[in-house]
Amino acid sequence: MIMDWALLTEWTIKSLVLIFGLIGGFAYLTLFERKVLARFQVRIGPNRAGPHGILQPIADAIKLIFKEELIPAKADKIIFIVAPIITVIPALIILAVVPFGPDIRLFGRTITLYISDLNVAVLYIMSVTSISVYGIVLAGWSSNNKYATLGGIRSTAQMISYELALGLGFVGPILLSGSLSLVGIVDAQKNVWFFLYQPVGAFIFWVANLAEVNRAPFDMPEAEQELTAGYHTEYSGMKFALFFMAEYIKMIAVSAIAVTLFFGGYRGPLVDQFPVLGPLYFLIKVVAFLYLMVWVRATLPRIRYDRLMAFGWKLLFPISLGNVLLTAVGIGLVGITGNNLWLWFIPVSTILFFLLVSHFAQGAVAGGNK
Amino acid sequence: MSIDIILFLGLAVVAILSAAGMLFSRNAIYSALFLIINFSAIAVYYLILGAPFIALTQITVYAGAIMVLFIFVIMLLGAEQTGRTPASWWMRPLGMGLGALLILESLYLIFTHLHSFPQPIEIIDGFGNPGQVGEILFDKYVLPFEIISLLLLVAMIGAIVLTKKKMKR
Amino acid sequence: MSEYLPIVVLLILSAFVAGAAIALGHLFGPHHPTERKSLPYESGMTPFGPGARRMPVRFYLIAVLFILFDIETVFFLPWAVVFRKLGLFGLIEMLIFVMVLVVGFLYAWEKGALEWE
Repeated sequence: MIMDWALLTEWTIKSLVLIFGLIGGFAYLTLFERKVLARFQVRIGPNRAGPHGILQPIADAIKLIFKEELIPAKADKIIFIVAPIITVIPALIILAVVPFGPDIRLFGRTITLYISDLNVAVLYIMSVTSISVYGIVLAGWSSNNKYATLGGIRSTAQMISYELALGLGFVGPILLSGSLSLVGIVDAQKNVWFFLYQPVGAFIFWVANLAEVNRAPFDMPEAEQELTAGYHTEYSGMKFALFFMAEYIKMIAVSAIAVTLFFGGYRGPLVDQFPVLGPLYFLIKVVAFLYLMVWVRATLPRIRYDRLMAFGWKLLFPISLGNVLLTAVGIGLVGITGNNLWLWFIPVSTILFFLLVSHFAQGAVAGGNK
Repeated sequence: MSIDIILFLGLAVVAILSAAGMLFSRNAIYSALFLIINFSAIAVYYLILGAPFIALTQITVYAGAIMVLFIFVIMLLGAEQTGRTPASWWMRPLGMGLGALLILESLYLIFTHLHSFPQPIEIIDGFGNPGQVGEILFDKYVLPFEIISLLLLVAMIGAIVLTKKKMKR
Repeated sequence: MSEYLPIVVLLILSAFVAGAAIALGHLFGPHHPTERKSLPYESGMTPFGPGARRMPVRFYLIAVLFILFDIETVFFLPWAVVFRKLGLFGLIEMLIFVMVLVVGFLYAWEKGALEWE
């Protein structure tokens, strides 16, 4: 029984570290984004609250807590209040299966740097993702506002469309590692990071991620010219803050998952000798991806909705399907010949396939212009 | 063992209450939400039975994908806004009759098989993990697996044929 | 089974944090609802018509196609895990499976089910 309490304490501490780490990450990601965007646009960005504006997120949080929250008269009150909660919970729990570093020894016991190592971790991520669409569609519907409803259903349709390419993106690393566990997938990248074998898979996964978290250039909910603010038009105060938080935590989460699947997770030089380096490498890689997200936002204009759907269905989906099959062929060739060099068949063939399909599908995706 | 039973009963309460909530909700969106809770409770049952792969597939496919379709259809029909339509005179007696039949059937099955229920078997290590599911599914059950693709194809064509007239204006 | 308990702990704590955030806003925010504030927001115009309207049938079609290909993706996962053991046989059976669905995909494309307008 004493052992159980120790375990429960360990789980609680790890969960709290993860939750508050993500919330803190969210707060400073907003500042990071504003600063970086400002640099891209030759501005300074927030610099009033504290030195270099580092207290800006705290000021924002205090402001949001003291804001008046409106509930539209004709809104469905229960769902209106529950929707932000069901949006934020999946964002907080999705990283439970991601290892942040190798096992470390602390207080005489081995501490694993993940919440849980499931043997179906990839499926866990997929199921949490599939649940996370409800918060958005329900927020839109319960507001009883035509822009919010349309925004909610559009975002949902967008998310489910890109979920296909996302789901198929997982299959490449699984084929290479033979494991559905993210701990297993990271261990399999001890020598070679999977993005070298899966350049197309990693790229598709990354693009689908941008759409999945509604980031630029796929930020339909924020297409203010068309939909005011999309599904969260009617939300204010802390309820709005929860949607905002979910969006930014999801950015961190998908970056962390992409790093784990394709870029070796916490692996890096000397990590086996000094396990403490693991979380550090992980953090550096995740920040690099977050920077990439902001960069994309600063560079690319928003895609029109019909083209966005065509892009997901006619380009990303066929390419990711082909990527999976060609990866399987490559691994099959290794199995038949027994020569590991055949693994390089995968990047060569998938890149050729990618170029071929994107050449032919170009017209189909842009074909919305009549 | 006792923890298993407490878990089982707790989940049973959740599953039954959410099913009842689905039936008695006036608002179709609420019904859909109750159904999502119900599917999730059933997924936890699979988990207790040592089938994590099926449990998470249940959440991904049923609670995730299929319920999104339900919610889209409810919004498509505007069904959550339509008030109660008056029931026809035959609906209530027919429903009660069918319900009674179902209860009688279940009671008959339970009491005739009271002594021949299969005993719980010890779950072997690694049972139900994706590797084992894959080995069995792609070896022993290859034909059903291939037939699934035909079923999916038929469903796809059906959906397109049904909506096509509206798509091509 | 026991490896799912930490996730349950995480789930409960996340729900608690999310609920606490809502409660915080509720406790400290002012509440002065007026009739005007409670109207749906339509960029300052007087709102007209019902709020939630019926949605286009396209969304239904997208959701159906999503379910079918989502099921396909779920089948990919155990296949990918045991692929090395299955070898050539595994590749061929999956190719047949995928080909049937690709036929459906091309049909959907040809019939304009993937077009938005």
